[in-house]
Amino acid sequence: MNSIISLSVLGVLVLFLGILKKKTWLLPLILVGLLASLVMTVLHWNLNRSLFHNMLIIDNSGVAFSAVMIFSTFLIFMFAAQYYRKVVRPLDDIYAIMIFALVGAVLMSYFGNLIMLFLGIETLSIALYVLAGSHKEAITSNEATLKYFLLGSFLSGFLLFGIALIYGSSGSFDLYAIHTYVVEHIHPGLPPMFKAGLFLLIIGLAFKIAIAPFHFWAPDVYEGTPTLLTAFMATVVKTASVFAMYRFFSIAFFGIHGVWEMTIAILAGITIVIGNVTGIYQPNLKRMLAYSSISHSGYMMLAMVAFSGRTANALLFYAIAYSIATIAAFAILILVREARGNDYFGSFNGLSKNNRLEAFTLTVAMLSLTGIPPLAGFIGKYFLFAAAIEQGWLWLVIIAIAGSAVSVGYYFKPIISMYFREDQGILLKADWPFKIAILFLAILIILLGILPFLVSGLI
Amino acid sequence: MLTLILIVLPLLAAIGLFFVKNERWARNLALAAALTEFGISIAALVQFFLYCHCQLLFRLDWLANYGISLKFGMDGLSMLMTLLTTFLVPIIIYTSFSQKIYRVSSFYSLIILMQAGLIGVFTSFDGMVFYIFWELTLIPAYFIAGYWGGENRIRITLKFFAYTFSGSLLMLVAIIFLYSHTPLPHSFDHIWLYANNLNPTEQLWVFLAFFIAFAIKVPIFPFHTWQPDTYVTAPYSGSMLLGGLMSKMGLFGLIRWMIPIVYPVLSRTDGLFIIIPLIGIVYASLIAIRQDELKRFVAYTSIAHLGLIAAGALTLNSQAMQGAMIQMVSHGINIVGLFIIIQYIEARTKTTSISELGGIALKAPRLAVFFMIILLGSVALPLTNGFVGEFLLLLGLFKYYWLYAAVAGLTIIFSAVYMLWMYQRVMLGNTNLVTENFTDLSWREMIPLAAIVVLVIWIGVAPGMFMHLAENGVGQIIGVIR
Repeated sequence: MNSIISLSVLGVLVLFLGILKKKTWLLPLILVGLLASLVMTVLHWNLNRSLFHNMLIIDNSGVAFSAVMIFSTFLIFMFAAQYYRKVVRPLDDIYAIMIFALVGAVLMSYFGNLIMLFLGIETLSIALYVLAGSHKEAITSNEATLKYFLLGSFLSGFLLFGIALIYGSSGSFDLYAIHTYVVEHIHPGLPPMFKAGLFLLIIGLAFKIAIAPFHFWAPDVYEGTPTLLTAFMATVVKTASVFAMYRFFSIAFFGIHGVWEMTIAILAGITIVIGNVTGIYQPNLKRMLAYSSISHSGYMMLAMVAFSGRTANALLFYAIAYSIATIAAFAILILVREARGNDYFGSFNGLSKNNRLEAFTLTVAMLSLTGIPPLAGFIGKYFLFAAAIEQGWLWLVIIAIAGSAVSVGYYFKPIISMYFREDQGILLKADWPFKIAILFLAILIILLGILPFLVSGLI
Repeated sequence: MLTLILIVLPLLAAIGLFFVKNERWARNLALAAALTEFGISIAALVQFFLYCHCQLLFRLDWLANYGISLKFGMDGLSMLMTLLTTFLVPIIIYTSFSQKIYRVSSFYSLIILMQAGLIGVFTSFDGMVFYIFWELTLIPAYFIAGYWGGENRIRITLKFFAYTFSGSLLMLVAIIFLYSHTPLPHSFDHIWLYANNLNPTEQLWVFLAFFIAFAIKVPIFPFHTWQPDTYVTAPYSGSMLLGGLMSKMGLFGLIRWMIPIVYPVLSRTDGLFIIIPLIGIVYASLIAIRQDELKRFVAYTSIAHLGLIAAGALTLNSQAMQGAMIQMVSHGINIVGLFIIIQYIEARTKTTSISELGGIALKAPRLAVFFMIILLGSVALPLTNGFVGEFLLLLGLFKYYWLYAAVAGLTIIFSAVYMLWMYQRVMLGNTNLVTENFTDLSWREMIPLAAIVVLVIWIGVAPGMFMHLAENGVGQIIGVIR
């Protein structure tokens, strides 16, 4: 609760600073504010309370995921100064909208009621529609926002309809009430209305997470959206949506198997295959990262099908590993686009020669996303795969592993360009806070791989 | 504790080396680190007690609730492989001093990092930690071959990486699957993985996953297609690391992790899987005879020799397995020796094509002698290191089924044919334009070759210590199988 209030206040403050034209105060205030919210969120550890008649449930997994999302946003804001270096006008509106989107994401990680889930998703989505089009002069940005808005609002309708059908059959929005209803009606069987509602709910969430076959918007929107905000979409938004889905299933279907697992497993399999295979054919890093994010949604779906006491934590670890590696990749992407005009793989040629830190960070990020030990991405994958194998989903894990093998084909493209191809000569210019930030990310990726127990036993 | 030092020291050295700006310093520091490492492994050997398994144990919980612990130790097999690694890495580093290398510090940092990974592979007794170190060796190998490699390196090294990584992932599935079949609470400890209770179908699948993973790494025919190209394109140090040490990881995996876990498949399939490496022996030997490029030639002879080791290990016969261990050491030493000689020849003549060379022995008698001794080691002449292992391997194969031994025995004839014929064309005859100004080895160049030749003869004449170590290594595995 603290974090929701503090983040909302922070957003309003940022807007006020914009009115007062205090441009230089913006980022410091945001970074400090985010850290303060992070601390306030963590203070809720072991609180285990429900608020407003179960509308919000503050539990440890919600706290952990909120903390991860706030932390990711913090990391993304570290690169904002570099990204908007040449922009003269105050950016209070964009920053404030990002923070409001984060409020939506935090709501999604605490929801105990489907209405709250919908509220969170809409707070997040509407903010994102604006952010996707925030680069008004660029036609691609306009395309992105239009595409995202049209599809997104349509799919929100699916989600709402699904919630309505679930309400219609179970008589409640409350997750625990739905759970009671499911337990009572699982034998002889859930009514078709409930199943249809569940199905629509899955589709609505699958769109937000970008699970195949509802992923078509993702590459275009990611490509058109300003890069800094793409990083936000690919990490914070994805974490929030995946966790919302997990939270829904883990509470409303606690201890019940065989209702939705096969659907999700098939979606996960398709997503992993499509994400990885299509990823190979992408010409530039930004689109490649879009497909990478799609395939990682597929891996994270493994947590939904393999419920056990440890999957929440496996998902948390995966979300962290994925987020930091993706943010690191986007940070380098921002630099390369700035210096070399585009992000085709050719633009990365010879980067290792004069920009060793940048090349090293991107390499670590790519290797971590591929899942190579001893980096964080490997441990994340291992936790998920082990959980899935223990629950008997061997075929799905084999698909996932084959996907990982295929992913070498695209994650290694920037590495090959940076290290094995000739130089283009243009130096990347990064200021020292930027360099410290990417170094921090690289170290974090390695450290989490070597000392995974720092995070692995939390929830 | 010594085992842990053996892993941690090169890890720290690799990180430190990465930041050394001065090239001379980087070189000398790398060599010093590698020599220190060798010294520590000798200290470990001194402490090693022959009649006991899994010594010098270090154990620390890493992910306790997932059953993973850092469990490092030594048995005879680990000891042999560790000694091989720590012996070869200083030689590899030393011989690279004469090569023109840019970005020296990164180069040596990666070599030392690879050493850390190799020793981790050879000493870990926890399945997941084994896998982590297994993959850790792949990254430096990839960058060494890719960054300092020759023609077509991008395509070839990516193929190498994709191939071996896919194999490793199969192994990962197998290891996790085995883990989920250990008694509660699950554990990756090798004792628990050995004590699995899989049904025959599951055993077969686990066997296939392991077999393919290790066969790619060794490589065993028909999973060898990445290997000749990679050996050719990699810089000499890279080829030595790949041929001398990385190929041993695959054989080590077969002996330490595959055979004790799923040996019933081998007895059930009645030697079917021994045929695969046997085909490889004949196939690779025939190709080797027709090779003109020296590095490619060595690559194919390596497939043939490694195939024999794999075939012997798969018989589950204790003598053959002992021979396999000895031969792993011998092959590592010999192939590095051959690569060093090829490196010297290329440095002087700018070519590695057999048909362009000739008459070098006239100009360089010292080189000719070293070359001949190492060559005879590869051919497995009695009193050289190749003989001890090959004899035991063939003996074991013969006990298993005489026809297998007959086919495998061809390797002796074949290797004599291709090795001696190659020697004749490269070293004997008259000099030509290319080899006219060939200078003999300098003192500095002779040091690594002398070290190798000493071992070739030592293992050949007095294999006692190595045999005892191998016996110790075999003991545990045979114990599990019985």
